[in-house]
Amino acid sequence: MGLFDRLKQGLSRTTQTLVSRFGDLVRRADDAADGALDTDTAESLEEMLIAADVGVAASRVVVDAVRHGGAGGLRDRVKRELLRMFEVAAAAHPPVTGPSPRVVLVVGVNGVGKTTTLGKLAATLKASGHAPMVCAADTFRAAAVEQLEIWAHRAGVEIVRAAHGADPASVVFDAITSGRAKGCDPILVDTAGRLHTRVNLMHELEKMRRVAGRAMAGAPHEVLLVLDATVGQNGLVQAREFLGVAGVTGIVLTKLDGTAKGGIAVAIAHDLKLPIRYVGIGEGIDDLIPFDPAAYVDALFEAA
Amino acid sequence: MFDALSTRLQSVFASLRREGRLTPELVETALKEIRLALLEADVNVKVVKAFIDRVRDRALDEEVLKSLSPSQHVVKAVRDELLALFGETKGGLVPGNRSPRVVLMLGLQGSGKTTTSGKLGAWLAKQGKHPLLVSTDVRRPAAIAQLAVLGEKASLPVFDPAGNLDPVSRAAGALVEARSKGFDTLIVDTAGRLHIDDELMKELAAIKAAVQPSDLLYVADSMTGQDAVRSAGEFHGQIGVTGVVLTKLDGDARGGAALSVVSVVGVPIAFVGSGERMEDIELFHPDRIVSRLLGMGDVLSLIEKAEQVIDQDDAADLEDKLRRNAFTLEDFAKQLKMVKRLGPLENILGMIPGMGQMKDAAAQKPDEKQLGRVEAIISSMTAQERRNHTLINGSRRKRIASGSGTSVEDVNRLLKQFVEMQRVMRMMGQGGLPAMARGGMKMPPMSAGGAGLPGRKRKKGGPWGLIKSR
Repeated sequence: MGLFDRLKQGLSRTTQTLVSRFGDLVRRADDAADGALDTDTAESLEEMLIAADVGVAASRVVVDAVRHGGAGGLRDRVKRELLRMFEVAAAAHPPVTGPSPRVVLVVGVNGVGKTTTLGKLAATLKASGHAPMVCAADTFRAAAVEQLEIWAHRAGVEIVRAAHGADPASVVFDAITSGRAKGCDPILVDTAGRLHTRVNLMHELEKMRRVAGRAMAGAPHEVLLVLDATVGQNGLVQAREFLGVAGVTGIVLTKLDGTAKGGIAVAIAHDLKLPIRYVGIGEGIDDLIPFDPAAYVDALFEAA
Repeated sequence: MFDALSTRLQSVFASLRREGRLTPELVETALKEIRLALLEADVNVKVVKAFIDRVRDRALDEEVLKSLSPSQHVVKAVRDELLALFGETKGGLVPGNRSPRVVLMLGLQGSGKTTTSGKLGAWLAKQGKHPLLVSTDVRRPAAIAQLAVLGEKASLPVFDPAGNLDPVSRAAGALVEARSKGFDTLIVDTAGRLHIDDELMKELAAIKAAVQPSDLLYVADSMTGQDAVRSAGEFHGQIGVTGVVLTKLDGDARGGAALSVVSVVGVPIAFVGSGERMEDIELFHPDRIVSRLLGMGDVLSLIEKAEQVIDQDDAADLEDKLRRNAFTLEDFAKQLKMVKRLGPLENILGMIPGMGQMKDAAAQKPDEKQLGRVEAIISSMTAQERRNHTLINGSRRKRIASGSGTSVEDVNRLLKQFVEMQRVMRMMGQGGLPAMARGGMKMPPMSAGGAGLPGRKRKKGGPWGLIKSR
């Protein structure tokens, strides 16, 4: 099964409701001779986007971009606008290549699926011929290290771990040193979940970044923020805070196999120019796939 | 908690108040703002629509438009409708005396079920109950271990038949264990699952059938968006839910999903979780949350919290000392410990009327570290010095500074502020103590003036008197 089909299957539940409502809108809009939207249709489109967690501001941008008509039907115009937003974001943060080992920090609030994402990412990379190492720097949550150990075992990759309650920054330092010695690449660092409002914990993250840079110049090369697809407008706040403190370079959108649409990713792409790198679409070890904007937008608006 | 929403609503009300008379146009403008505020707070689109319509009907009533304080009427209309949305029921477990009472935790992945199971157990133990915990999460790696660690932290027994990986029989076995060992409550943690995962929903139904829970708590992340209504509704429809636990409220999520779940699914919010410590769980009080939303503060919760952590004997002792004008650095250190037990300072600030917005003034943010520093300085003093601060001369200051890892200036500042505080205390002691100080809480100079009213400028050094940013 191709990536497109997998994503579509994951999103199929999402799609069903969105499509029936969208189809109605499209008919109304395309009936108009010039394709322009009347106030009612524009409002319904806005509400539909808000219901997908795209948020008021980004929804208005989309509606304004398509309301006066233009080439193609409403469906194509909306898709084009969304794609444009994703493209701008992708251009702002191209993937990092070059340094070896690449140090990747995985951050986010509690319960979004950081450890699971890291496990899946390690497995994917291993399967494609890399020799990743995982670093268990979540020394706070009960049994977080054990959870990552199980994933590392499943994926068959190296793991550097520390005792519960140890300083996470020192674990990162150890991982980078040992990863370089063993020739592992990339080094994936799992961090403890932290609410972006906890000043002390955000400082801890800053310190981890600093210490990583001391172990290897330029590290961390990538910082992935994991977001739960069910998250609402707070997702944008999270992204902004983590961007400021940890220098996020990309988003991982997890739990897209539910009915939530992860529309906040659109708002983040629009507002902060942060691209989505991966999406999680299930609990299996291979259920993390690279984000494909065209497939995502298509899957969002087309019946499975 | 709910800060962003309350800030927005408050600014809407403030602009309404500036207008002497209410016109339909003005109401529309305000409603537009309220709609935006609610949508950005993740309140469900349909709920927002109905809400706005109801407030509009009430605000545009002839009587209201003619009245002298129209904005008050609008505030009242919003307040009443918000209360209606949250449901009038107070939180907690369903009434009943069955023993053992079985509580089943359910919800999506990552909403905080396992952590909440531990916190709920600790909360019940505090109420004098004897809870037993069991994990049926055989899917997420180390989930069973996580509950075991939490149980150990809270000194709660956890039932864990090693090697048994069947969720239903784990739950059933725990029930047998609870009955035979005389536990009065059994908390069953379950694996996170999507409401559309038929297989796992069947498993949940089987667990429910096996243990016959009286409480089915749906654990919801306060950061969830528009989908919350649907997933909660599915769990309610397929399994049945008696209450919602709203978690991670210590973040700045606007919690609008909570409003929506209550009104659309018709299930009350039972508990809220707001921190990483085991005791960070509270009963849900709809009226208090609404007051907090509208910026009226939540003094009741604060007092309850204070009562929980403050030793009555200590408080009486302190009152006596104040009266005799014998307040020393030793007493001060004791008070600091009490304040610390109340939890993170920023959480407390949100409960004080008018302080909700001030919380944002980042520069003024009370820093737990500063409190720690003050504690360190006091612990570096000798007992004699603590009892009589006038002893502390230059060389003693130097010793204290190096002993506590601070500077002489820090010590000076502390002493100066302590003298100032003694003066305030003396005044309070003579004029009879305001309620707050009697409870042992030290909050000069604000509490002396009647608990920080909105618009009142804070004195330099923050409300805590002794805390000064470096």
